[in-house]
Amino acid sequence: MEYIANILFAIALTVGIGFFARNIRKLSRNIKLGKTVDTTDNKPQRWKNMARIALGQTKMVVRPIAGLMHIIVYVGFVIINIEVLEIIIDGLLGTHRVFASLGTLYDFLIGSFEILAFLVVVAVVIFWVRRNIIKLKRFIKPEMEGWPKKDGNLILYIELILMFLFLTMNAADLQLQTLGAEHYTKAGSFPISQFIAPLFEGMSVSSLIIIERIAWWLHIIGILCFLNYLYYSKHLHILLAFPNTYYGKLKPQGQLDNLEAVTKEVKLMMDPSADPFAAPAEDTVDPEKFGASDVMDLSRVQLLNAYTCTECGRCTSECPANQTGKKLSPRKIMMDTRDRLEEVGKHMDKNKGKFVDDGKQLLGDYISNEELWACTTCNACVEACPVSIDPLSIIIEMRRYLVMEQSAAPMELNNMMSNIENNGAPWPYNQQDRLNWVNE
Amino acid sequence: MSEKLSVKTMEQFAAQGEKPEILFWVGSAGSYDDRAKKISRAFVKILNKANVDFAVLGAEESCTGDVAKRAGNEFLFQMQAMMNIEILNAYEIKRIVTCDPHSFNTIKNEYPDLGGNYEVVHHTQYIKELIDSGRLSIEGEAYKGKRITFHDPCYLGRANSIFDAPRNVLQKTNAIMVEMERNKKTALCCGAGGAQMFKEPEKGDMDINVLRTKDALETNPNIIATGCPYCNTMMTDGIKAHQKEDTVDVLDVAELIANSI
Ligand code: SF4
Ligand code: SF4
Repeated sequence: MEYIANILFAIALTVGIGFFARNIRKLSRNIKLGKTVDTTDNKPQRWKNMARIALGQTKMVVRPIAGLMHIIVYVGFVIINIEVLEIIIDGLLGTHRVFASLGTLYDFLIGSFEILAFLVVVAVVIFWVRRNIIKLKRFIKPEMEGWPKKDGNLILYIELILMFLFLTMNAADLQLQTLGAEHYTKAGSFPISQFIAPLFEGMSVSSLIIIERIAWWLHIIGILCFLNYLYYSKHLHILLAFPNTYYGKLKPQGQLDNLEAVTKEVKLMMDPSADPFAAPAEDTVDPEKFGASDVMDLSRVQLLNAYTCTECGRCTSECPANQTGKKLSPRKIMMDTRDRLEEVGKHMDKNKGKFVDDGKQLLGDYISNEELWACTTCNACVEACPVSIDPLSIIIEMRRYLVMEQSAAPMELNNMMSNIENNGAPWPYNQQDRLNWVNE
Repeated sequence: MSEKLSVKTMEQFAAQGEKPEILFWVGSAGSYDDRAKKISRAFVKILNKANVDFAVLGAEESCTGDVAKRAGNEFLFQMQAMMNIEILNAYEIKRIVTCDPHSFNTIKNEYPDLGGNYEVVHHTQYIKELIDSGRLSIEGEAYKGKRITFHDPCYLGRANSIFDAPRNVLQKTNAIMVEMERNKKTALCCGAGGAQMFKEPEKGDMDINVLRTKDALETNPNIIATGCPYCNTMMTDGIKAHQKEDTVDVLDVAELIANSI
């Protein structure tokens, strides 16, 4: 009987972590639907980017208020989780505050956890106000309607509840310590919860223990639930920001990749010794598809980008097309990519892990031509993203499909391109006149 | 401008068995667009003044393919790129200067993969180099005390992190440099990139160039300086939309310098 709590705890932990592992496997399976890209180059720079951008949050502080709040919540989250380690050990072994023997260091740790928890509460409240009262423009764009808006708030509520439970637990503990209850040895310092403790004045030891235990259990169960909530939420970025900044683009922002499949064909066309009438080799496989119409045509890095997106809208708020009322929103490009990838994943779950054509695709069902053609390729979105996401690369990949597979460019662009083909300039002028400007 | 310019083609250099210091990549806009042609002429005036032994490709130059690539036509881009690379390599070109940040970006970043390896500089960088090495001195005071704001071209600034060269050069005219609120890394696009120059914009509530000229006008400038022929067109149109064409000039860095030497 006396081990029942430990056993229950072990079960909760196993279920929570097991479920999480299942989701991670699914995530990795879905990302692997994308094409491989070589990212083995320049590892030192990649580690540096991860340390700077993900760990150091350098891009977050470009907007100082949001940046500072975010750092508080982030540091709070990471550090307070050291406490979770203690909770897990206590839970499994049936101990209480197992690290208490650290003495002064322990007092210091618990004290700083409490102060951080308090700051997190403040930051979360400000975040909530920005989203719901001030209604910052970037949080109320059309793509944020429905689940994304709820998701954003839900995360704030969960964080608030977790902090509240943590502080309640400590307050009850403090009160029990003061009353000299058995097991509750004096340990820790409680700069914040000492102000909650007076609420428990006059309560009996047994009711205090109940409060302390309930807060303790809800806190750890809440954390396990939150862990499993990540996969369904933009909050996934707390994990994926790290790999994503590692795999982020290293080349100058202006540089687009050159499609290798095209290079092969162009070289063949330009090779004077190639026989244009030669029969195609017998074993020619399906000709490679140019560009992307669905998530499987994108690269693994682009799909990882989609799962990492925090839906913060910094990209969209810097986008010249979006600022002038066009439909294009780089954030929506990322959210659509993730939604479609999830849909494809669900189909695979239903069909024993194989994808069977579901008659839908990213182009058209999620992202419209109108959005794609509104982009000026200015890279403002790429620059703005705090976690190194490249929405522009997806836009270009889909334009490639529209132009090379469907010849579906706007008419004026088709004219421009045939001018280049015929005269070597986007306008209908004679190439022989290229030097006329000298004497005009 | 009807000053006599001295311009030699690569073909002429080759015929004499000589090699130029640098190749001036004029680009399609600089060759054909009426406004941009003036920028090409201004830059050549600078090159002549500094006695730079430069060449152009003339009729052998063709569109870099940048705009086709960004419109999604990778085939056309690579065809153009390989044609150009063949010519550049045949002439053993080592160094290229251009007034067009799009050509600059494409030749510098996207040609190497396809066999074209050159050192590419933007004309604002090259002008700075000429000044720093003492080959060019700026004595004119045409812009002394004038308020100049520089609009960062996306493909020079954000795309390739070149922010200082144009500003340093402009500083030499003794003008008062004023910055727009969004500048350098966070500068707003003029609206021309990604093939937008060649099509009508999608439905919206404003044109991008009008918004960007609004940014510029907030600095209360006499002159909006540009470093890209497409930006120049966009900003010039934007100024007209704000009915400020009589009080604010839109000039390329090359023109401002050409008028100051
Ligand atoms: S690159 Fe395209 S999507 Fe990104 S900010 Fe510029 S216009 Fe918007
Ligand atoms: S792509 Fe980056 S900037 Fe845009 S919403 Fe996602 S995380 Fe924010």
